[in-house]
Amino acid sequence: MDHFTDKLPQMDLMRSEKMTFVQLIIPAESAHCCITYLGQLGLLQFRDLNSEKSPFQRTFVNQVKRCAEMSRKLRFLMDQINKAGIKSSLSVLQSDTHLEDIETQLSEHEHEIIEMNSNSEKLQQSYNELLEFKIVLQKACGFLVSSHGQIVSEERELEENAYSNGDFVETPFLFEQEIVPGPSKSNQSGLRFISGIICKSKVLRFERMLFRATRGNMLFNQAPTDEQIMDPISAEMVEKTVFVVFFSGEQARRKILKICEAFGANCYPVPEDISKQTQITQEVSSRLSDLEATLDAGIRHRNKALSSVGGHLAKWMDMVRREKAVYDTLNMLNFDVTKKCLVAEGWCPIFATTQIQDALQRATFDSNSQVGVIFHSLDALESPPTYFRTNNFTNPYQEIVDAYGVARYQEANPAVYTTIIFPFLFAVMFGDWGHGICLLLGALVLIAHERKLSNQRLGSFMEMLFGGRYVILLMSLFSMYCGLIYNEFFSVPFHIFGASAYKCRDMSCRDAHTTGLVKYREPYPFGVDPSWRGSRSELPFLNSLKMKMSILFGVVHMNLGIMLSYFNARFFGSSLDIRYQFVPQMIFLNSLFGYLSLLIVVKWCTGSQADLYHIMIYMFLSPFDMLGENELFWGQRPLQILLLLLALIAVPWMLFPKPFILKKLHNERFEGRNYGVLNTSEIDLEVEPDSARAMQHHDDFNFSEVFVHQMIHSIEFVLGSVSNTASYLRLWALSLAHSELSTVFYEKVLLLAWGYDNLLIRLVGLVVFAFATAFILLMMETLSAFLHALRLHWVEFQNKFYHGDGYKFRPFSFATLADDEN
Amino acid sequence: MYGFEALSFNIHGGYLEAIVRGHRSGLLTTADYNNLCQCETLDDIKMHLSATEYGPYLQNEPSPLHTTTIVEKCTLKLVDDYKHMLCQATEPLSTFLEYITYGHMIDNVVLIVTGTLHERDVQELLEKCHPLGMFDSIATLAVAQNMRELYRLVLVDTPLAPYFSECITSEDLDDMNIEIMRNTLYKAYLEDFYRFCQKLGGATAEIMSDLLAFEADRRAVNITINSIGTELTRDDRRKLYSNFGLFYPYGHEELAVCEDIDQVRAVMEKYPPYQSIFAKLSYGESQMLDKAFYEEEVKRHCLAFEQQFHYAVFFAYMRLREQEIRNLMWISECVAQNQKSRVHDSVVFIF
Repeated sequence: MDHFTDKLPQMDLMRSEKMTFVQLIIPAESAHCCITYLGQLGLLQFRDLNSEKSPFQRTFVNQVKRCAEMSRKLRFLMDQINKAGIKSSLSVLQSDTHLEDIETQLSEHEHEIIEMNSNSEKLQQSYNELLEFKIVLQKACGFLVSSHGQIVSEERELEENAYSNGDFVETPFLFEQEIVPGPSKSNQSGLRFISGIICKSKVLRFERMLFRATRGNMLFNQAPTDEQIMDPISAEMVEKTVFVVFFSGEQARRKILKICEAFGANCYPVPEDISKQTQITQEVSSRLSDLEATLDAGIRHRNKALSSVGGHLAKWMDMVRREKAVYDTLNMLNFDVTKKCLVAEGWCPIFATTQIQDALQRATFDSNSQVGVIFHSLDALESPPTYFRTNNFTNPYQEIVDAYGVARYQEANPAVYTTIIFPFLFAVMFGDWGHGICLLLGALVLIAHERKLSNQRLGSFMEMLFGGRYVILLMSLFSMYCGLIYNEFFSVPFHIFGASAYKCRDMSCRDAHTTGLVKYREPYPFGVDPSWRGSRSELPFLNSLKMKMSILFGVVHMNLGIMLSYFNARFFGSSLDIRYQFVPQMIFLNSLFGYLSLLIVVKWCTGSQADLYHIMIYMFLSPFDMLGENELFWGQRPLQILLLLLALIAVPWMLFPKPFILKKLHNERFEGRNYGVLNTSEIDLEVEPDSARAMQHHDDFNFSEVFVHQMIHSIEFVLGSVSNTASYLRLWALSLAHSELSTVFYEKVLLLAWGYDNLLIRLVGLVVFAFATAFILLMMETLSAFLHALRLHWVEFQNKFYHGDGYKFRPFSFATLADDEN
Repeated sequence: MYGFEALSFNIHGGYLEAIVRGHRSGLLTTADYNNLCQCETLDDIKMHLSATEYGPYLQNEPSPLHTTTIVEKCTLKLVDDYKHMLCQATEPLSTFLEYITYGHMIDNVVLIVTGTLHERDVQELLEKCHPLGMFDSIATLAVAQNMRELYRLVLVDTPLAPYFSECITSEDLDDMNIEIMRNTLYKAYLEDFYRFCQKLGGATAEIMSDLLAFEADRRAVNITINSIGTELTRDDRRKLYSNFGLFYPYGHEELAVCEDIDQVRAVMEKYPPYQSIFAKLSYGESQMLDKAFYEEEVKRHCLAFEQQFHYAVFFAYMRLREQEIRNLMWISECVAQNQKSRVHDSVVFIF
C-alpha cells in the first residue's frame, strides 16, 4: 500500500504549499524599493516585529501620516468631482511620477479648488439671498396690495376676538397693554410689518411662537413658493414659505426679529410704496442675472480645473495607497543595531524563494545600493501559514472548506474531494434534468460574462452567485445526470432510452394505481422506468432505491474521510494514530455499516425479500438466533457474530491505548534529555528576543486532559457513526421532497389549468407554474439542497480527519490592496 | 412580571441590546488610553483614534486639528449611535432612550438662558450645546425675559414642560435663579425618570434605581458643596434634593445643615457604599471629589452590563461614552497645551 501511494502523482491541492520562515536584512537605502518590489510580487507575509509599539511610535510614522493626508486630499477632490458630476475622461498615461510631485500637485489643486469653492460659495449665497428677496417681493406685494385697506379692520377684529375670549387674559396682558400703545389706538402708520421667508416645515411652529410671543397681537400671512429654492446658509434645496407679519410696537418688533433669527427665517425689507417696489424688483432682477453669469463662469472654470485633475486621480489614488502600504510594512520591520539596516522576518512559500531573491536583486540594482540584501531562511517554532494555490475553478471549493476552518499546515485538504463530491451530493437531492438545464443556463451565462463581471462591483447576492459559478456549473451537470437516472424532467418522465419494460394489465390502464403493472420485456436500460410514474409501486420503489443509495453513499463518504485521516497520520509520521485510531475506526464503521452496505448490495443483486431492518436489529439483540427467511447468503450468522465482536473490541481499542502510550513516550523523552536542551533554548532567547524562534514551546503533558480528550473523541466517533449514517438519509428525504413538490406544481397547477379550454386560465396557470418553478424549486430548493450538502461535508465528512485550525497565508501584495480599501 | 422579562425581552429589545453591547466593546481600553497619553501632538491622537470606532469620523479632517474638532467629531459618533438606536427602538425602550437626553436638554436650556443674560451671540451658544439635548425651538429661548415667559413661549412644547411646575415665578432671570432652576428641573427629571423605570419593572427597575440613586446622591452632595457660603437658605437647599436615593430622607436632613466639606464627608461616610469614595481623599479636599465620583459612576455603569435583558445598558453605554469623550477632551487639551504631566489628573479609565 505504501509503495502504491508513494507513486501517486503529486496533487497540488492536497497539501498546502511548503513554507519557509525567512529573514531579510535590507540596507536602509534600498528598503523602500525592496518592499515595493515584494509588494508587486505578493508572495511574502511579513511578521510585525514592533507589535508592542503603538502606531505613532514607529519609524516611518511621518510618511504614513503624509500618505493619509494625501489620500484625504484625494478623497476631497474625488468628492468634488462627483458633486460636479464630471465624468472623468480616460486616464492620462503618464510617465512615472514621484510621490513628492504628486504631493505638491495635490496640495496646489486642493488649495485652488477650496479657494474657488469659497468664492463661488459667497457668490452663491448672495445669489440665493437675492433670489429669496425677489420671491418675497413678488409674494409679499400681493398681501400688501390686497390687504392695504382691510388690515386695520382685520386687526381690530382680531383684537376683539382676543378680548372676547377673556378667560385666559391675565393681568400681565393688561399690564403690557398700558406700556405698548395698542394697535387699536394707533393710526395706520403705527402698524408695521416684517416680511421674510422660512422653511416650510417650520412655518406652523413659527406662527405659534409668534402668536405666543406677541400675545396674539399680530397678523400672519403666508404664501408657499412655487418651487424649491436653495437655502443661503445650509445650501440645501428646501421648500420655503414667504410670510408677512403685521404687528405694532417696538417691543413686539424686537421679539419678532429674535424669533425670526431663532427659526432661521431670513427677513427682507419690502417697501410699502408700489413704485418703490417695482424699482427694487427691477434692481434685484438685474443683479440676479449679473450674478448668474458670474457664477456660471466660476463653475465652468472650476469644472475645467477638476476635469484636468480627474484624469490623474485614479492613478494617484492607486499610487498613494501603495505607498501607504509600503510604509505600513516598513513600520513592521526592525532596525539593526547599527541603524543602517532593516531586519524583516516573514513567511514565504519555498517555490517563491528564487523569485523573491530575484526581486531583491533588482531592487538593490535599481536603488544603486552598495550592499545587497541578505536573504536566508530560519526555522520557526510557530506553525507556518496555510497557502493553497487555487484558480478560478478550484477557489470556490476551497472557500467552502475554509468557511469551516482553514486547514492546518500541510494537512490533507478536503477541497480536493469536495470539488466533485459536493456537487454530486447536491445533485442527488436535486435530481431533475429540467431544473438542471435551467441551472446550467444560469451558470453558463455567468461564465460567459466572466471577464466583464469580474471587474464590476456586484451586489452581495450576485457576488456570491458569481463567485460560485463553477460550483453551480458542476451542480447543474450532476443534477442533469441524476435527473436522467431518476427520469424526471420537471417531474415528467420521458422515454429517452427506449420503451418501458412495463405495460398495463388492460387497455384502459385504470388499475395502474391499485394493482400495478405487468413486466413484459427487458428492463429499461438506464435509470428509472418511465411507466412507474403514478403507478402503485412508484413510491415504495423510489423510496427503497433512494434510501439504500443514501446509505451506500454515506458509508463510502465516511470511509473516505477515515482514509484521509490515515494519509494525514502517515504524512506526519504518527504511527500511533494509524494503529490506535485509524484501524479501530475503520473496523468499527465497516463491521456495522459496511456490513449493512454489503447486505444492500447483495439484496439488490439477488432480488431477495429479506428484511434488512430485522437483520440489523437482531444482530445486536440476539446474535445467536437463526436468521430464517432473512438469510441472504451462506455463513451470514457466524459472520455477524464475528463483526459484532470486532466492533465491540474496536471501542476500547480506540479509547485506551493511545493516551497511555503517549504518557509513556512523554516520560521516556523527558528522562532522556535532562540538561542539554535547556541551555540552547536560553541562548536562542537571548540572541533574538523578537524572532519567531523565541516562542517557547511548552511541552506540558497533562494525562487526565489527554485521556478525557481521547474519551470524547471515541464516544463521538462511536455515536457519530450511527447518527452520521442516519444523517445521510437526508439525501433521500430532500430528493423525495423535491420530486413531490415539482409533481404538485406540475399536476395541480399546470395540468389543472390546461384542463380548461380558456386561454386566460391557461395563461395564469402557466405563469403560476413558471414562478413556482423559478422561486420555489430553482431558488429555495437549490439553497436547501446546497445547505444540506454543505452540512454533509462539514460535519459528516470532515469531522473524520480535518482539524482546520490553521491560519491563512496573507502575503503583502499590491493586488489585494484595492479590495481591502473598499 | 419580575423574572419573566427574559422570556420576551428579545422580541423587541434583543437587536438593540446586541447593538449596544457591540458599541460597548468599541469603547477605548486602558491600553488605548496609555497610548493616547503618550501622544506628542493632536495628529498623533487622530492617528491613534483612526484605528478605533472614531476612525471614520476623523479621517476627513484636515491636518491642523483643534481639540474642539476632535471632541465634536467624537460626540457626533455618540449622537449617530444614539439616533440609530432610537430609530430602531419600540415602546417603552424609545421613551427610555428619550429620557436619557432630557438631562442634556436641561443643560442646554440653562446654557442658552445664561448666555443671553450675558449678551452672548445665540448662534455661538447653539454651537456649544450638546447635540443630544437639542430641540426645535431651542433658539427661541433667547426671547424669554423671565421664568414664566420661558415656560409659556418655549418649554411648554418640550418634554421638560412637566418639570417646570415648581419653578414658575415671575422673577427675573439671574444667575442664582437660573442655577436654582437647573437644579429644580434636574430634581423633577430624575424623579420622573426614576418613576418611569420603576414602572418598567424587572431588572431595568432594579439596576436603574441603583444608577439613578447614585446620580441623585451625587447631585445632592454637589449642591451642598456648591451652596456652602452662598445665600441659599437651608430650606431652599433641602428642596433641591431629589426625593429618592440612599440619602433620602435622613441624609438630606443632615446635608441640609452642613457648613463645610468635612461635615459633608461625615454625612457621607455613614453610608457604606460611599465610604470608598472618600477613602482616597484627604480631609478638606474637594477638587478630587469629582473624579472620585466619576470613577465610582463608571464602575457602576460597567457593572450594568453584567446583567442581560434590561434597558440600563443603554443608559450606561451613553454615560460611558460621554465619560470617554470627556477623557479624550482632557487628553487632547493636555497635549495641545503641553501639560502632559497633568494628563492623568482627570482621566477616568473605563476598563
